Amino acid sequence: MYATNYHRASSVADAVRLKGASEDGKYVSGGMTLIPTMKQRLAAPSDLVDLRHVAEMKGITVSGDTIRIGAGTTHAEVATSAELKAACPALCHLASQIGDPHVRHMGTLGGSIANNDPAADYPSAMLALAATIVTDRREIAADDFFTGLFETALEDGEIIVAVSFARPERAGYSKFPNPASRYAMTGVFVAKAAGGVRVAVTGAGSNGVFRHGGMESALAGNFSPDALAGVTTDPSDMLSDIHGSAEYRANLVNVMARRAVAAAGAV
Amino acid sequence: MTKVTMTVNGRQVSGEVEDRTLLVHFIRDKLGLTGTHVGCDTSQCGACVVHMDGRSIKSCSTLAVQAAGSEILTIEGLAKDGELHPVQAAFKANHGLQCGFCTPGMVMTAVDMINRYGGRLDEKTVRENLEGNICRCTGYHNIVKAILAAAAEMGAGRQAAE
Repeated sequence: MYATNYHRASSVADAVRLKGASEDGKYVSGGMTLIPTMKQRLAAPSDLVDLRHVAEMKGITVSGDTIRIGAGTTHAEVATSAELKAACPALCHLASQIGDPHVRHMGTLGGSIANNDPAADYPSAMLALAATIVTDRREIAADDFFTGLFETALEDGEIIVAVSFARPERAGYSKFPNPASRYAMTGVFVAKAAGGVRVAVTGAGSNGVFRHGGMESALAGNFSPDALAGVTTDPSDMLSDIHGSAEYRANLVNVMARRAVAAAGAV
Repeated sequence: MTKVTMTVNGRQVSGEVEDRTLLVHFIRDKLGLTGTHVGCDTSQCGACVVHMDGRSIKSCSTLAVQAAGSEILTIEGLAKDGELHPVQAAFKANHGLQCGFCTPGMVMTAVDMINRYGGRLDEKTVRENLEGNICRCTGYHNIVKAILAAAAEMGAGRQAAE
């Protein structure tokens, strides 16, 4: 790892100031992607601004039909929150499938969506739940937030503070994990809410997480796995690598979507 | 160099580290606690698992400066007054190790999952919770057996104390 300078932020404002004063700084929270990347010398930030002790970025609140999760909330906290289990169990299930217990104790929701790894789990949930990404300076709709592989709408120095979304009527997540890394080869999050059905796919698309229009229309009239029987996915939009061809992933999208719908219980 | 202070196995310790120093190197090289191992160094094998503020973490993927101010528990902190921790005793009784290299991480992971699940642990849950720990000897069967035995014993102990 190249040398770096560590700073511990005490508040969101403090973090923005510390990052602004750095030459080429990065925010770090759990560090479960950033630290291993720095160890491989694939990232070399001049400064690290630690967000893990910023109290205003933590916690889960369910008030009425609105769910808000602080960006600094760990995967383990999301997975085991009784409040969230009652309001959106699919998200608890998703969080319980990320990495391993040690990673879940450190990694955070905000870190995952800010990184927008094309095989990460959370981006699909944010997109399907039509979440709002709340930053230190504005609110961004999930539809506008994820802009490509490892790319988001975040500006330089902008911090995700929380995400919020309406409690879905039904939601489900199913992923086919890569047998070695456990990242999603394909993960599908389906959510049925007042505004309709949304289906978001991670791990498969060649441009990162995406919404599946064909499946959304098919499920709008009939929210059941059978409704997806004839829905296809264009392999030319899929990732292709040593783990699976584009055709293989296109098929996985359908299989995972059917399982996600089957798993989507009424809340 | 930055001065870090933390509590390790109940004892307050301090040391000068570079900001890029990994927690595992601070523990091994500065504190001389070499029970915590570096296996893969790529965040996958779990030989470096310690507890930070009561939760299992990978000390090879955490900076020492990130851990400043926290409470760290390593494999050396488990035994009390010369008595093995029930998880250590169960690994011994069930032959839960072969070469032993992954054992510190396995034991720390086992203690963490027993803390979280208590007597509700079953084989499937144990195996799921070993996701982040690799035994290159592939001695998983006896590791799982040891964890279940320890969980049963610790659960029984808790009931007896109540």
